[in-house]
Amino acid sequence: MKKILIVGATSAIAEAVARRFAARGERLYLIGRDAARLETMAADLKVRGAADARHGCLDLNEYGLHAMAVQQALTALGGLDAALIAHGTLGDQKACEADFTLALRELETNALSTISLLTHLANEFEHRGGGLIAVIGSVAGDRGRGSNYVYGTAKAAVETFTEGLRCRLFKSGVGVLLVKPGFVDTPMTQRFKKGPLWASPDRVAGSIVRAMDRRADVIYTPWFWRLIMGIIKAIPRPLFKRLKL
Amino acid sequence: MRLGGWGRYPLLDAEVEAPRGAQEAAAQLHRLAASGRNTIARGMGRSYGDSALQDHVLSTRHLDHFLDFDRSNGHITVQAGVTLAEIIALTLPQGWFPAVTPGTQYVSVGGAIAADVHGKNHHVDGSFGRHLLWLRLLTAGGDIVRCGPEENAGLFAATCGGMGLTGVVLEACLRLRPVRSNQIEHVTHRARNLDQVLELFSEHSAATYSVAWIDCLARGPRLGRSLLMVGEHAAEGALTAEPSGGPAVPDLVPSALLSRWSIGAMNALYYSRGSARPRKERIGYRPYFYPLDALRDWNRLYGRNGFLQYQLVVPVGADGRDALHRVLRTIADSGRGSFLAVLKQFGPANGNLLSFPMEGYTLALDFKVEPAVFELLDRLDDIVGGAGGRVYLCKDARLKAAAARRMYPRWDAFQAVRARVDPQRLFASRQSARLEL
Repeated sequence: MKKILIVGATSAIAEAVARRFAARGERLYLIGRDAARLETMAADLKVRGAADARHGCLDLNEYGLHAMAVQQALTALGGLDAALIAHGTLGDQKACEADFTLALRELETNALSTISLLTHLANEFEHRGGGLIAVIGSVAGDRGRGSNYVYGTAKAAVETFTEGLRCRLFKSGVGVLLVKPGFVDTPMTQRFKKGPLWASPDRVAGSIVRAMDRRADVIYTPWFWRLIMGIIKAIPRPLFKRLKL
Repeated sequence: MRLGGWGRYPLLDAEVEAPRGAQEAAAQLHRLAASGRNTIARGMGRSYGDSALQDHVLSTRHLDHFLDFDRSNGHITVQAGVTLAEIIALTLPQGWFPAVTPGTQYVSVGGAIAADVHGKNHHVDGSFGRHLLWLRLLTAGGDIVRCGPEENAGLFAATCGGMGLTGVVLEACLRLRPVRSNQIEHVTHRARNLDQVLELFSEHSAATYSVAWIDCLARGPRLGRSLLMVGEHAAEGALTAEPSGGPAVPDLVPSALLSRWSIGAMNALYYSRGSARPRKERIGYRPYFYPLDALRDWNRLYGRNGFLQYQLVVPVGADGRDALHRVLRTIADSGRGSFLAVLKQFGPANGNLLSFPMEGYTLALDFKVEPAVFELLDRLDDIVGGAGGRVYLCKDARLKAAAARRMYPRWDAFQAVRARVDPQRLFASRQSARLEL
């Protein structure tokens, strides 16, 4: 029976992950913004088999409250074996180009708040000498694209941060997993037209749980995004800047 | 988004919103009401025609949470978007199964309530609504009203079978049935004609499950030849839920695949499989209750233009039998047969205002959409309505307003409830507009 913290728990991918953990009888602590939905979700996870499902309500842009939130989770579950950081927003790139306050907000939500949480969790796990921290990044962090570079910047920051953190925590026996999903059909992407490259949150959740079980370092999900991003990364810059991507 | 029912006729462009809770749903309703638009709740889209179709639909896709499950008495509380498949996967390993299930497990609980669905056990267990302890309804005004057989009973009777026209079902508490196996003991009986199969139904009226497959293309003395399948939950065995999946039908099936000749050949083959002596077998709950679920997207078999399902019920007794004969003769003469025709004897009707089942015989068949079919079905409506029967709204895409009114005698009582909870008619489907409901 593992003790698992899920941050951004009401996001579609996080909830699908939580349901898989619940079916295995794990103990879960959920952090999110919407108290009513967290309560519904906790009830659901218990019916699905979670040994326990508790929750805490928090606006993740309040960095000052992160330390307390992590402590509350630790106390509620009596320790932690793993954490999944899954919150995020997909802002309007065009609006961010016109207004830096919007861009800043995107960077705060998708990069800085994650880095703040990682700092607290890393110290906690390092101190205990074990555990696993998983973070949801994005294929968007692999290369800055004209259509989506503010979000991409935030995800690239998270990637570099986790890369370094993984090196630091390796000797303490703490794993750091970066999950890079491609297109996922969630409320966050509701406004996009869907095609064959789109995956369901449940499919992505399945690969996240498997990656957490085997303590992987970095995964693309679904797997074919590794090929797609390999090609995109290989495009020479003189050509890349002319592409509408 | 291009949207249709399970029959893929009619199709229309709809705006789909999927609220993630009661609050979001209420806000969406408020906005729609302010701009004078209509909406209708939609679950898995398994109603065949246009009852879950509107320019704007409220999808219950994200209302997919279990809220409580009492393993001691089998009472389960779920949000409206939870499907029977999800309930079975969770509860069967613990010895509980839906008290009433339609022919697919991919229906949402909200949809099952809205259509007051029935199963092969209607003659003993009634329809879906009978096994509800209560439900919570989001009304047009944004109020959440709890109703059940004893609280707000009028609203409950209008909502069970009310085709979503009283509001959005948010959650419901169901009473499940205890089972000791995931298997069904079933016996197949062969009937040479309609009278014989009706006799067999009476003979087996104490069985929990009974349904007949009927050859709608057989004529003359063989009119109504059938295989009656009678089933019981096995008394012991494994309780695992079988994994879902199976092959899918591609989107490009030529519409000529199901012709008079191919269906006739298939029906003859199927009938000959039933031996003259009753045959006993033990099969899993999936092939027993949900044979068509094994072929994902089977609705594509009818090709691009889609299909109509026609399900009728006529009262027990000589008039009903006579009407059934005339219906079968009319269909056999038209040569427009059905991939699958199903006959069943219903038990007594319930008090729900627009609920379909009544004590009598029900027949369900599919028709490929072609111009001549509409006129044929109008003729069947005359026979059915004239005999005091009715057609099932959750399968319908073409019934006329006057015919529907004649078939549903508690129409005015239903409208009175609706006038009270939704005076502006915020909730309306393409079907309710067509039926002037």
